[in-house]
Order: sequence, then C-alpha cells, then structure tokens
Amino acid sequence: MQIVIASGKGGTGKSTVAANLAWSRAQEAPVTLVDCDVEEPNLHLFFPGGHTDTPVTRLVPAFDSERCTRCGDCGRFCRFGAIAVLKDRVLFFPEICHSCGGCALVCPNAAITERPISLGRIEERHPLPELRLISGVMNEGEAVGIPVIQAAKEAAAGDAAIILDSSPGTACPVIETVKGSDVCVLVTEATPFGLHDLKLAAEVVSSLGVPACVVINRSCGDEDETEAFCREQGLPVFLRIPFSREIAAVQNRGGLISRDLPDWQAAFAGLYEQVIALAEVQR
Amino acid sequence: MKICVTAKESGIDAQVEERFGRAPYFVFIDEETGDAATVLNTGAGGAGGVGIKSAQIMVDNGAKVVITGQVGGNANSALSAAGIAVYTYRAGGSVKDAVAAYQAGTLQRIL
Ligand code: SF4
Ligand code: SF4
Repeated sequence: MQIVIASGKGGTGKSTVAANLAWSRAQEAPVTLVDCDVEEPNLHLFFPGGHTDTPVTRLVPAFDSERCTRCGDCGRFCRFGAIAVLKDRVLFFPEICHSCGGCALVCPNAAITERPISLGRIEERHPLPELRLISGVMNEGEAVGIPVIQAAKEAAAGDAAIILDSSPGTACPVIETVKGSDVCVLVTEATPFGLHDLKLAAEVVSSLGVPACVVINRSCGDEDETEAFCREQGLPVFLRIPFSREIAAVQNRGGLISRDLPDWQAAFAGLYEQVIALAEVQR
Repeated sequence: MKICVTAKESGIDAQVEERFGRAPYFVFIDEETGDAATVLNTGAGGAGGVGIKSAQIMVDNGAKVVITGQVGGNANSALSAAGIAVYTYRAGGSVKDAVAAYQAGTLQRIL
C-alpha cells in the first residue's frame, strides 16, 4: 500500500501530516516514510538520529582526447547543448546533460565512455522499531531531482506500507512522486489561496488516476468553500487539525502532535484506516 | 577576421539582438572582404543549452569576435575556451552600426 501526501503549495503542513501519520501507524505496524521533497527534505527534523547514506548517481560522457578527432558529431547530436567541440578539445557541461547516452552511441571513434557523477543521496534512518525513514537528498545546484525521487521510491519498494511525502506544488517532481500510488492525501488550509492550490493539486492527482482525500490543517471552523469544493469533487475530508495554541506550540518546536498530545495518536491512526479503506474501495 | 553580430533579422541592416543564445539570426561579417552571411539560429527556441549551441555555431563559422548584448554563463565558458572575444552593443542600432562601432573601438569588451 502506497499513500502519497501532496498539497498545492508549500507551508500547508504536508510534512507534519506525513510525519504524524507515519508515527502513529508505527505504534502498531511497520511503516516506511519516504521524503520525496528532494530539494528540501525536512522529515528527518521530526526524527533526529543517525543515518546511513547511499549515493545516487547518473552517467555522463567522458571524452578520450587521444581517440577524439573533434569531428563534432556528439555536439550536433546533443539536443540539450551540453557539448561544444572546439578545434583542440571537447567542452562538456554536465549540469545541462540529461544522461541520455546518445553521444556515446554516435561517436564514430569510440572516444566516449560513460562515467557516474553524483546527483544526490538516499539517507536511511530507523527512528522507531517499526518506522523506516528514507530521505532523498538532491545535491545543491543539480537541475533535475527526478532520479533522486525514483531512487528514494525504489529504496522503499516492496515494503508493506509506504507513505510518500511529495514536494509542494504540482510540477514534475510531484507527478513523479504521485505516480503509482494507491491513494493520495491532499493537505490544505481553508483559505481562498489554500482552496486555489487544492484545486490544482486535486486535478493533477485525479488525472493520474489516484483516489484522493483531504486533510484540512489550521482549520478555524469556517471552511464552507473548501467543503463545497470537496463535496463537488467527491473528495472526502477525513481530518481537521484545528488552529490552536497547543498544537502550534508542539509544531513550532518540531514536535509531533500524535506523540505529544493525547488523542492525536488515535486521530492519525483513524486517518490511516480511512485512507486505506478509500484505496481499497476504489480498487 | 570574422565578426559575428547577433541579429533579429538576416542581413547587415537588421536590428542587433541583445540575447546571444536566443538570437534568431547570426550575421557573420568578414572584415577583409566585407562579405556578410546570415546563419539562422535553429536552436533559438530550445529549452536549454542554447548558449552552448550558439557558441558552437561561432566556432563552426570561424568567428573570432562576437558582438551581442549579453552572454550567459555556459556560453561564456565555451566562448572563452574557444578564444572568441565578446563585445557588448546596446545602442539599439543595426548590424552595420554595431560593426562600425566595433571598428571605431568604442565597444566594451565583456569577454
Ligand atoms: S548523454 Fe545525451 S544529453 Fe548528455 S551530453 Fe550526451 S547526448 Fe547530450
Ligand atoms: S563524436 Fe567522438 S570523435 Fe567526434 S568530436 Fe565527439 S568525441 Fe570526438
């Protein structure tokens, strides 16, 4: 079972929901939490402790200057403009290269081999006996995080219960994260902006054929528009996290309400059950 | 020596284009003979790496000097590695005006 947590934009409390859901589930059964927000992973902040690292690499061309005749074929082939062939040498720009491997195929002189370069890493932690946390971390300055997301999902593959925390927004990394999930939890705030972002996110998720439900964070009881939208779209609202000083205080110090406040462990366990039930109904 | 000016249209009367990688046309002028030849920048609409592709066109056409508005980081590296000088022209004139200004020595070299 793969659950993905998404939101139209950042700051809605998506990671909070993911961390609490995983923590409460881990009190009963094994669960794997995967931080797919590879540009700014933050789930580990809820679970301090040591970790093991696995590098994520991609292949880029390496040029053998002895064999290369500066014919220019590789540069003409590369549609991303990652190669410039000068009179006396080949210039290569790894940050533009998409690792397609084509230049090595077209080189008439077998002057190109492929070598791995680092893209980022997968950090693995075990904060609780039943909780496995996998964080994808992209190197700073890297343009594309998709391979790191894929590696993080692969590291979790095969585990019985997987919770993915996607990056905010609705861009390619979110789509890559949502793809193949059984069910999606959309986290929103009941504000006009929150509703706008929720609509975008709901559209993306439904276009990928993933059943979705909603968690309203910082709820203050006045959410008619959000509720109306959810009803229209057939999105069940499974949990409301009220705006309260007590909750804010726990969250501001990086705590988990499911651990630190009575009743919230049960609330998140209930959310988990409802989410699973939704996935099963839709299957 | 060959000079290239980035341009909005073809020919030496065209307006100078201030973008390098995304310039629609490159006008190559042979200083000795006065001949001008226009090359269409097929990569201008590309998603990325347009600067490097354009730098490759400079190399392939034997330009020693480029006159344009500005040059991005990667194109910058490629042009300097290829030993091509870059001058900036922002007076909004034609290719011919830019070449005249270059020959009069009033253009600022940025690379
Ligand atoms: S691997 Fe593909 S993208 Fe990278 S330089 Fe070669 S042709 Fe270009
Ligand atoms: S295709 Fe091969 S031989 Fe030709 S320039 Fe590229 S690396 Fe050199």
